[in-house]
Amino acid sequence: MTLVKTSIGRRSFIRTTGLAGGGLVLGFSWLASCKGKTEAQVMQMPKEWFDINGFLKVGENGLVTIMSPNPEIGQNIKTAMPMIVAEELDIDWNNVLVEQAPLNTAIFTRQLAGGSQSIRQGWEGLRMAGATARHMLKTAAAEAWQVPIDEITTSPGMLHHEASGKQAGYGDMASAASQLDIPEEVELKDNDTFSIVGTDRKNVDGPKIVTGKPLFGLDVYEEGMLTAMIIHPPAFGMTFTSMDADAAKAMPGIKDVFLVDVYPEGVEKQWSDGGGIPQLVAIVGESTWQCIQAKKAVKVQWEKSGTLEDSDYHEAALTEMLDTPVEAPARADGDVAAAFKKAAKVIERTYSAPFLAHNTMEPMNFYAHVTPDMAVLNGPIQTPEFLEKTVAARLDMPLEKIDVQMTRMGGGFGRRLYGHFGVEAAVISQKMNAPIKLVYTREDDMTQGTYRPAYKVRYKAGLDEAGNLIAWHVKGVGTNDDLIFENRFPAGAVDNYLAEKHNLTSNVTTGAWRAPRSNFIAGAEQSFMDEVAEASGKDPIDFRLELFDRAMTNPVGDPEKNDYDPARYAGVLKLAREKSGWDGGTNKNRGVSAYYCHNSYVAQVLDLTMDGNKPMVDKVWCAVDCGIVINPISAKNQVEGGIVDGIGHATYSQLTFVDGVPQQKNYDTYQLIRGAEAPKEVETFFVDNGIDPTGLGEPSLPPISGALANAMYKATGRRYYQQPYILQKPIVG
Amino acid sequence: MATFTLNINGESREIDVDPNTPILWVLRDHLNLVGTKYGCGIAQCGACTVHLEGTAVRSCMLTVSSVGNQKITTIEGLSENGDHPVQKAWLEVDVPQCGYCQAGQIMTASAFLEKNPNPTDEEIEMAMNGNICRCGTYIRIKKAVKIAANTNNA
Repeated sequence: MTLVKTSIGRRSFIRTTGLAGGGLVLGFSWLASCKGKTEAQVMQMPKEWFDINGFLKVGENGLVTIMSPNPEIGQNIKTAMPMIVAEELDIDWNNVLVEQAPLNTAIFTRQLAGGSQSIRQGWEGLRMAGATARHMLKTAAAEAWQVPIDEITTSPGMLHHEASGKQAGYGDMASAASQLDIPEEVELKDNDTFSIVGTDRKNVDGPKIVTGKPLFGLDVYEEGMLTAMIIHPPAFGMTFTSMDADAAKAMPGIKDVFLVDVYPEGVEKQWSDGGGIPQLVAIVGESTWQCIQAKKAVKVQWEKSGTLEDSDYHEAALTEMLDTPVEAPARADGDVAAAFKKAAKVIERTYSAPFLAHNTMEPMNFYAHVTPDMAVLNGPIQTPEFLEKTVAARLDMPLEKIDVQMTRMGGGFGRRLYGHFGVEAAVISQKMNAPIKLVYTREDDMTQGTYRPAYKVRYKAGLDEAGNLIAWHVKGVGTNDDLIFENRFPAGAVDNYLAEKHNLTSNVTTGAWRAPRSNFIAGAEQSFMDEVAEASGKDPIDFRLELFDRAMTNPVGDPEKNDYDPARYAGVLKLAREKSGWDGGTNKNRGVSAYYCHNSYVAQVLDLTMDGNKPMVDKVWCAVDCGIVINPISAKNQVEGGIVDGIGHATYSQLTFVDGVPQQKNYDTYQLIRGAEAPKEVETFFVDNGIDPTGLGEPSLPPISGALANAMYKATGRRYYQQPYILQKPIVG
Repeated sequence: MATFTLNINGESREIDVDPNTPILWVLRDHLNLVGTKYGCGIAQCGACTVHLEGTAVRSCMLTVSSVGNQKITTIEGLSENGDHPVQKAWLEVDVPQCGYCQAGQIMTASAFLEKNPNPTDEEIEMAMNGNICRCGTYIRIKKAVKIAANTNNA
């Protein structure tokens, strides 16, 4: 039994809220967690961590409603997070209703959407909320029956007093419980008594999704709403000069065509404004199709205002930076130069990856209705609180007059962290003095992105006579990004270790894309590791395990600095080895990879057959350590999706530029993986260790491109250094 | 602009639009049937799939003037209570992640199984290959189509 405090100092994680209606209503912070922190540290935590942003209600009918405050982008937290509350409350899952909460009502003061962090950061707070409600219901029953509270037990939705034989439903005690003070401390269930957490629960929105109910931003409809579209500069490095919109304005249904100053000088922007373009042309009309037609009829003149970059330039500039000394290393252990000199074998390889668009299946869009009194916005957004700030600054309205609501999102992958489209919608609505829904075409979406940066990384490894890794040098560069995590593996496992990084400034806008940086560096590192292991004459899994063993037993440098737990890392690798039958396996087209990011550990073994230059993956065995698994059926879905997504982007996808113009504008030229190219089978195995849970939205994606490249090498005899693999030129390395 | 009478989900619907308007936008903007999704507008992703006389078609490139009185079925009309074998299989397997492409996937699968009730794995793969899912739920999609086929044959 674990006891948790419900408040620290004067700050309370939980309180009864003033909602109308009977029953017990508790407000709580979904992200409240003071675990492992001192009171002083807790008092320094951001105030919003204590703000009420979720609530649960035990109705007099015994039904429990849980308001889910966090936006749903397909990671299925809308199901998983309420499962945690229901577990501690001790209620039948069938009697739980889950609702999506809006931002900024009287009840909710703050909502966050963090990549792969929702479950990790929400775990304790959610348990506390459920346990508090259960405790208060027990207290109410104890008072009603005049018995000590420790004689009250619960079964799903029921309160019992065994000695007297009395029992009552939660609903019967809910109103009485709501009159009680919040307990200062509540007990949490023992993990081995869980009956909801760790069991398969279907997506709570599943029935609506399969019947086509309006759930997404593009489905928003309000009376009198107009449609808006945009024309953005055709190239990065160009800006608007003039336009002739007469023909477009005369077209049926078109209300107006005008220049939009989205971000005039002096307006305070947030990081979340990402690749937002200061000036755009807006087309507003009665219907989407009319706007699409009018868009083609507008003649816009653009002028060069910056460098017009192309892919050849990116390639050359990234390479040049790899050859340019850094001012100071990100991490240096031992003396790599000396170690390379005395090494029996030295291997050096360079890996590269192109820009990628996010390509959420639902293109960017947002609804806005701005009046002098109020700005109402609604749509798919991962960062509603930041959108609210920029909109307030841009419209010069106070924050309390900005109301941002959230829809389900047709994919996020990081793209909807950057909510410039919401600002654009607000400005267009204000100009039109009407409710509008801004809709990007797929072409708009793909060519005005906040892309995954283009990357290049060079590895150099030294082996001694016995095949031991004695030196490791990694140097990486990305566009507007420096790529390298200097304290990740194999830092701490090699005596002589040097990590260096550069950042190439580019006017092609970039940002977070599912598992930022890890999405490329994991595959590059694990491909290189495979090549080094081969040169050492050792089995690739044994080679890695030796390094983890070194990091465990005799770490290099300060072990606190190392951003991984070698025991858990080795654990998933051993599990993948066992489950895939690695030892004695007969399939020679087999690759392995392991990576740690977003607080979870993943190891994968992949078997494939080549179909020409196309890898057809027969099976992936995936071992995952994310601590306690909340909802296995959905957790496996995330793992499978990450693997498919990772194989697809590493093999097929790229965004290239000529004179600043994106060359892929739609799915006829931008290749995404399709069903026939997906692995035939993915089998997922979770490490059962009872450790507090971590996220799964990202961790299965990064390593798979390494396992794939390593298996392709077995099949073709060629190493793969350039993504997308399918386009790699025959002579490489 | 011109007036068209369309047969959608068993109902007769009259609309006044440009003859070149794709059925996708007729459904979404004029009839408030938003289950059919916009993904690419060039028949590459399958998110907009509907049935035209029982055949899966991409509504983003199907102009309203070309339809005549042929029957259109959208995800909203696939079954009365969301209990079409394909919809049930989708829930059983818990296919969706973000869910955006799934209506199109289900419409492709249901039309396919109508014509080929007993497909091989390869036939399922080929039939579903025109529908993109960025979340990467393909493995579950194939499994659900297989389950739906077996239900139909049971």
